[in-house]
Amino acid sequence: MAAIEIRDLTLAYGDLKVLDRLNLDVREGEFVVLLGPSGCGKSTLLDCIAGLADVTEGQVHIGGRNVTWEEPSARGIGMVFQSYALYPQMTVRGNMAFGLRNAGMAKSEIAERIDRAAMTLQIEPLLDRKPAALSGGQRQRVAIGRALVRDVDVFLFDEPLSNLDAKLRAELRVEIKRLHERLGNTMIYVTHDQIEALTLADRIALLRGGIVQQYADPRTIYMKPANLFVAGFIGSPAMSMLEVVTAGGGTLRLGETVIDMEGYDGSVPAEAGRRLILGVRPEHVAIGPETGSDRSARVDLDEPMGSDSLLWLTLEGQTLSARADPDHGLTEGDQVSVRLDPARASLFDAETEIRL
Amino acid sequence: MSDSARSAAADPSGPVPTGPRPRRRVSRGNVMLYGTLIVIAVYYLLPLYVMVVTSLKGMPEIRVGNIFAPPVEVTFEPWVKAWGEACTGLNCDGLSRGFWNSVSILVPSVVLSIAVSSISGYALTAWRFRGSETFFTILIFGAFIPYQVMLYPLVILLRELGLYGSLWGLVLVHTIFGMPILTLLFRNYFATVPKELIKAARVDGAEFWTIFLKILAPMSLPIFVVAVILQVTGIWNDFLFGVVFTRPETYPMTVQLNNIVNSVQGVKEYNVNMAATILTGLVPLTVYFVSGKLFVRGIAAGAVKG
Amino acid sequence: MDETGRPRRPLRNLSAKLAMLPMILTALVVFVGGTLWTVVHSFTDSKLLPRLDWAGLEQYDRLWSSDRWLVSIENLVIYGVLSLVFSFLIGFVLAALLDQKIRFEDTFRTIFLYPFALSFIVTGLVWQWLLNPDFGIQSVLRDWGWDVTVDPLYDPGIVIYGVLVAGLWQGTGFVMCLMLAGLRGIDEDIWKAARVDGIPKWKTYLFVVLPMMRPVMVTALVIVTAGIVKLYDLIVAQTGGGPGIASEVPAKYVYDFMFRAQNLGQGFAASTMMLVTVAIILIPWAYLEFGGKRR
Repeated sequence: MAAIEIRDLTLAYGDLKVLDRLNLDVREGEFVVLLGPSGCGKSTLLDCIAGLADVTEGQVHIGGRNVTWEEPSARGIGMVFQSYALYPQMTVRGNMAFGLRNAGMAKSEIAERIDRAAMTLQIEPLLDRKPAALSGGQRQRVAIGRALVRDVDVFLFDEPLSNLDAKLRAELRVEIKRLHERLGNTMIYVTHDQIEALTLADRIALLRGGIVQQYADPRTIYMKPANLFVAGFIGSPAMSMLEVVTAGGGTLRLGETVIDMEGYDGSVPAEAGRRLILGVRPEHVAIGPETGSDRSARVDLDEPMGSDSLLWLTLEGQTLSARADPDHGLTEGDQVSVRLDPARASLFDAETEIRL
Repeated sequence: MSDSARSAAADPSGPVPTGPRPRRRVSRGNVMLYGTLIVIAVYYLLPLYVMVVTSLKGMPEIRVGNIFAPPVEVTFEPWVKAWGEACTGLNCDGLSRGFWNSVSILVPSVVLSIAVSSISGYALTAWRFRGSETFFTILIFGAFIPYQVMLYPLVILLRELGLYGSLWGLVLVHTIFGMPILTLLFRNYFATVPKELIKAARVDGAEFWTIFLKILAPMSLPIFVVAVILQVTGIWNDFLFGVVFTRPETYPMTVQLNNIVNSVQGVKEYNVNMAATILTGLVPLTVYFVSGKLFVRGIAAGAVKG
Repeated sequence: MDETGRPRRPLRNLSAKLAMLPMILTALVVFVGGTLWTVVHSFTDSKLLPRLDWAGLEQYDRLWSSDRWLVSIENLVIYGVLSLVFSFLIGFVLAALLDQKIRFEDTFRTIFLYPFALSFIVTGLVWQWLLNPDFGIQSVLRDWGWDVTVDPLYDPGIVIYGVLVAGLWQGTGFVMCLMLAGLRGIDEDIWKAARVDGIPKWKTYLFVVLPMMRPVMVTALVIVTAGIVKLYDLIVAQTGGGPGIASEVPAKYVYDFMFRAQNLGQGFAASTMMLVTVAIILIPWAYLEFGGKRR
């Protein structure tokens, strides 16, 4: 088991900074997901931890040891890749033995470790096959096995499930979670899939442009996004963003409508007339029959999604989505009343985009 | 699919397609197409045919007959003579010496040029450093420089190294001039190998040579075969380097063939000449017919942009 | 904290740098160094041995007033232009014919391409025999009662066309192969779209497919042209430069002056001119290719 510390890490190609003075602490045995859109630097960060990319500045510590300039094999890590990266000319057994043989381990010890890992991952019948004869899910299992036999403190996953179809992805996701619970290793997992991030992570580090936007547990990230980017990135269907103005006394004005923010866990600016953005997740918007007193919105579009239905509404000229029961019986053009839950909403400064 | 649609598809009395039925096989266009192809094929095959029939005739028959006529009396004497007795200047031991010279040039040249180029291509894809691409660009541009420009400096270079006129000198020359196309070939091929594979190997503790020998080379056998085809035909067919960088005793087969056929002394023996020509073309032709599509891949390699 | 244990730059990836050494040496010493050396020595009056006695443009003066060089250049231009036009024309037509989803495609392709596997020496000798006035095609045609003259190799006026026939026989298959690869690289949907729009096949080839094959065309053009400038073996085998000097080419001029006539300066000047020719073709191409990438 080992903790990981990343100190002021910068990686630049000429003027282009892929990572910019990045700091990240991973506790022993923690499962951390690096999440972000493509090009945000999450895979590069993982490569830096693995020793596969030349760091421009800063340091990487694993288990209290500065490994910034160590070879990947000397860092006590195992890595699993998106394309599985199995050696095509070797059998499954050969793939798993390769690293151990390079380390000069005794044959009996290698065989023993392979057997143990194969049992854990239930790939014993596959040991003498070549990767080409395996399905995608089996290949990824072997790739995990290859990391497993190394008996390392830290597991690094680089989008391991992205090449699999949706069903297999869900299955292996659960399996990885079980594996973590069983082994208790420190795991760092890169993905662009927020479902994977939210389900697997102890903590999520959301990256953009080589900078950590927020580093927190999934619940906090989802409920209290640190800024507009995080709020927009996390959650599907996406959070609705409403342009509002402070009206003093803890209230906001949305067009003609006044919204009381009583119960909001952040601070609502006292002065009136400040431009803010109110973020509300669709499931925190309650709709009901029009009453005349409540805020009234117009139904624009109904998107049935199986278990529930997404209603697109226009409220004071702004677009808002709400999760509703699929049997809501509303049609386009209907007027409904809308209630927002201030305790579960987020307020952002329109200029700095930071949550208040 | 609805019930009515299914029955319509299954029922032969259902909707009938309108318009002329498209004709198959022996349309006029097809006759033209295959006719043209066959005529052109005959044109391409004719020289090979003439070579073979000429080499199987006696000189008297050649003097009276026409070159397209098959031999009346088949004789293998021209072949025997071409292989063992034909003269170049004062030497009269036939093409056999040139053949063995070519073999002993070919084998080390092919091995060395492929070894050096594949490693360069590997280093260029997986272990770039500042400036490595610049050297590669120079190398590729070098492929277009006429050899004539670099011939004399190479003569001097080899003389300084004490290799001028020796077998190893020529091997070195073939390695040098094979490098641009082969390095491009290997670089482009290795570039298609997922980067993650090399990353995985590094995590597994493999270093530069281990990754190449244990991971990359074994999974790239087809491209090595392509390279071998390219080099065997290229080096076997070389004339210029052979004539510049070897001495008469070590002339490769092409040079010796030219000397035999175009020697001004004695009576021209066309049947022997053609037998000698076929013998010289036999190695690349065999490689060509055996390798099939891999040969095509080899020559197209230069055209694939990297 | 300071960066402890950071390896010094030049020592990083030492194996990779060592592995690339042969390539670097080839590029710098042979290609760049050798070329510069020859260009520099083309301005000297080197005879038997290379010397740095400056002679200005004297070698070039002599070169361009030499009949043999002028004939060589003329031959190269005729051979080059016709060889490009015909090998591309025939190559494209053959590729288009093979692209009609025909049966025995592999057989036909094998037949059209096999001469490319043969050396120029073999090619030259075969066609020397076929064009032999006493026993070759001419004699056959005359036996059949046609009083024609097919004797290019002994007619100074047309000898280069005799060489051209042999060169085309050898090299057209290569162009065809590149074109075929280009045709196969074109999206099937283009053909479907053209058929839906009711465009005749030949028009699709000419106005839709051909422009799309520009990259393959340009690459083939550069490779074939670079090959044409090097034309040497074929001449040596088929005509020996004769009759007289009627089929001389620049590459042969260089060789003869460097290694036979012991007049190195002339050889260097002539080879430098070959380099200039290639540069004229190569530089616009490189500009298009690499200038385009930057955009």
